[in-house]
Amino acid sequence: MDHAAQREYPAPMPNTETQGFWDAVKEGRFLLRYCNDCERAHWYPRAICPFCHSKKTLWKEASGKGTIYTYSVMRRAKVPFATAYVTLDEGPTLLTNLVDCDLDGLSIGMRVEVTFVPSQDETLSVPVFRPLAPTQ
Amino acid sequence: MSINGKAYIVGAYEHPTRNAPDKSLAELHAEVAVGALTDAGLSREDVDGYFCSGDAPGMGPTSMVEYLNLRVRHADSTDIGGASYLSLVSHAAQAIAAGKCSVALVTLAGRPRSEGVATGLQAKLRSPWQPDAQFEFPYSMSNVNGYAMCAMRHMHQYGTTSEQLAWIKVAASHHASHNPDAMLRKVLTVEDVLESPVVADPLHRLDCCVITDGGGAVIVARPEIARQLNRPRVKIRGSGETVKHLAGGYFDLTTSGAQVSGAQAFEEAGVKPSDIQYASIYDSFTITVLMQLEDLGFCKKGEGGRFVQDGNLISGVGKLPFNTDGGGLCNNHPGNRGGMTKIIEAVRQLRGEAHPAVQVPNCQLALAQGIGGQLAARHGSATLILERE
Repeated sequence: MDHAAQREYPAPMPNTETQGFWDAVKEGRFLLRYCNDCERAHWYPRAICPFCHSKKTLWKEASGKGTIYTYSVMRRAKVPFATAYVTLDEGPTLLTNLVDCDLDGLSIGMRVEVTFVPSQDETLSVPVFRPLAPTQ
Repeated sequence: MSINGKAYIVGAYEHPTRNAPDKSLAELHAEVAVGALTDAGLSREDVDGYFCSGDAPGMGPTSMVEYLNLRVRHADSTDIGGASYLSLVSHAAQAIAAGKCSVALVTLAGRPRSEGVATGLQAKLRSPWQPDAQFEFPYSMSNVNGYAMCAMRHMHQYGTTSEQLAWIKVAASHHASHNPDAMLRKVLTVEDVLESPVVADPLHRLDCCVITDGGGAVIVARPEIARQLNRPRVKIRGSGETVKHLAGGYFDLTTSGAQVSGAQAFEEAGVKPSDIQYASIYDSFTITVLMQLEDLGFCKKGEGGRFVQDGNLISGVGKLPFNTDGGGLCNNHPGNRGGMTKIIEAVRQLRGEAHPAVQVPNCQLALAQGIGGQLAARHGSATLILERE
């Protein structure tokens, strides 16, 4: 049962610092911001590295794979949906939604991968995650 | 410079309303200001410092100082959400210690109930220039599913149960049953909480706080002024504040900023958690209370569930009486910002003016703790330690 796919996603609001991320998402690519000085990836993406404050940051294509750190299914919504924090294989943990899954079959530690859904106004795409193995 | 003993809370007032469709926001601020001044035995002319937060209308202090027709030489409008008022009391004490003002008025008011704000369920749309917003807004993290994700992780990591969380609501409901102004006055059982509908796993409807209109105010003054007034004296012994956040994507959602703000406050006050006789703990949700109790050191990390169960937070029953007014969970959460009412009930306890059924005998030392913002992302935390002199 796939409730999550019926959900409407509000369009994100890119700004000059993050346009590259959203342009890539529209092409189906998931980028992480890396620092060339301290060689770590961070989230959410910034021009200035949050660890060493270097300006030598750049976009790198990410594996798009990770593990559920925590999640919650919002039951009091027209279409119930799952919010989650997913720890990416590259290190950082990010907020997302879980899709293509049985909302009652989720668990912490489950392996997931990135996928993309159109925003409500269809101007942009939104990265979301789905289980690597079926949840039923 | 320490603020220990440099300032006193001399006035406190909680608005009795929980639903105020007929009052403006500025009017509510003014009503609680008058209430706190009357309680202290002071008047408009005595106030020379004004403190408010993001709930105030217009340009905060600029608008409210004019509305109240005050003449101030110090103003502050720090906003760390619901924890702001604990932080503002500390800032007022710092300003008093530095000679910047002598009598500080701190106000809070809000009317989310009248405005029909579904506070807990809707994600808030922010500006594209708020750096986190674009990476969070599409996923509809609201108050309740954010705090629920903290609870889910805490359960996974430490074995905390929904029954244990329910005990926090049960304790608050026992206290609220003695408060005629409380929004929810019914004594609840663990079963009542568990049988209420799940809003966001694992939090039930009764794990959540109430949504109320209203407000509150406190007056902070120099020791010389406190001694001239005919009210029991509540000394500010220590304070702490911090901001906890997602740290570039490397974080732990089972701890709150109370770890940092609490340690600062205990150090400044020169006391330890076992010295505290009464605690006001911010209770937007049951999980908020449990995590703060651990982070303040009332029990070890991960043992909050066992600490709160079996009525340990019920006054006269357990070891740590908490939120004896019924808290945000049952009494009042004015303007969706529960920090002010945390201070006010601590003041009542120290003055011996809490309801007799919940009054802690000979209460000398109390703690008030707040979390503001999103526990599952960025939030402010502020702690106050107060003493009856």
